Amino acid sequence: MAKIIVVTSGKGGVGKTTSSASIGTGLASRGFKTVIIDFDVGLRNLDLIMGCERRVVYDFVNVINTEASLNQALIRDKRIPTLSILPASQTRDKEALTREGVQNVLDQLSKTFDYIVCDSPAGIERGAQMALYFADIAIVVTNPEVSSVRDSDRILGILQSKSRRAEKGEIIEEHLLLTRYNPQRVAIGEMLSVEDVKDILAIPLLGVIPESEAVLKASNQGTPVIHDQESTSGMAYDDAVRRLLGEDIPHRFVDITRKNFFKRLIGA
Amino acid sequence: MSIFNYFLNKRQPASASVAKERLQILVAHERSRRSQPDYMEKMQLEILEVIRKYVEVDQEQVNIRLDNSDDCSILELNVTLPD
Ligand SMILES: Nc1ncnc2c1ncn2[C@@H]1O[C@H](COP(=O)(O)OP(=O)(O)OP(=O)(O)O)[C@@H](O)[C@H]1O
Ligand SMILES: [Mg+2]
Repeated sequence: MAKIIVVTSGKGGVGKTTSSASIGTGLASRGFKTVIIDFDVGLRNLDLIMGCERRVVYDFVNVINTEASLNQALIRDKRIPTLSILPASQTRDKEALTREGVQNVLDQLSKTFDYIVCDSPAGIERGAQMALYFADIAIVVTNPEVSSVRDSDRILGILQSKSRRAEKGEIIEEHLLLTRYNPQRVAIGEMLSVEDVKDILAIPLLGVIPESEAVLKASNQGTPVIHDQESTSGMAYDDAVRRLLGEDIPHRFVDITRKNFFKRLIGA
Repeated sequence: MSIFNYFLNKRQPASASVAKERLQILVAHERSRRSQPDYMEKMQLEILEVIRKYVEVDQEQVNIRLDNSDDCSILELNVTLPD
């Protein structure tokens, strides 16, 4: 039985796909058979971030409609043998994902994979609800910014009332992943801090991913940023994966170093 | 950001703490609405209409809460009437 993880946020553009790609990669590189599913019907993007866009032949909706087998649609990652991607369809039909269809695909995947990572579309409507419905674990991606925090709280409400686990009266494991964090701006009171967001959302912190140029570079190249272990965001994603697997490790890149702080103070 | 701006900023509350305060209020409000039964909002509006037949009140002056205790639920209605 695979564990199903949804990467969700409510608000768009906060880093769900970036996080799905890196977390899926991190799990697979530790030997877990992992598949990342793009639930963003009509706005396929995960394939680009994973660098496999030219190998897409069939997609999630083709499998649901039995126009292709799962094996035909799954794309094996070129870097990590235990990692696969199931791309989203480019169809404009938002009704293409049915609950029965999704369940069927997840059941099949569950037989061979250890982790199924669901990259949710933005919003709190049908598409996002479909991505989170079957989840055992939710990673709530949040930016330190008012509208993102509010939307994260709304998505938490949906997780706690409209997911399969909630309907069965079971607990869904919730994790906060704070991304695009800028410790400099936090230090001068211009940005909500980790503690602020934790206070408001009141769920355990999985990781803090700093705002970093490496993310854009990684997406340009089609290589998930976790492969870039020179970059702060790559290291922070790796830490987050280790915590997801139960390790207890301190959070890095949350505070600015003294040297940097004074540099900024004097405007250097 | 120079040292000059830094001390200047100190005089007014930092924007992040304003953001936190606003979020705490909003999130608490939205959570309490989520935990209400679906009919509460409509009932609140209808009660407001009934009161308005007799007294002129604003929406903010009518406060309705449902408290669930072990063996019963209490519907609490607070109306601030104008003098
Ligand atoms: N830690 C980071 N540092 C810098 N840029 C980031 C970071 N995380 C994400 N980004 C950038 O933010 C943008 C949105 O990221 P991404 O596509 O992962 O978000 P999303 O939540 O999946 O968006 P959507 O809701 O549209 O699916 C991208 O341009 C990405 O490069
Ligand atoms: Mg996305």
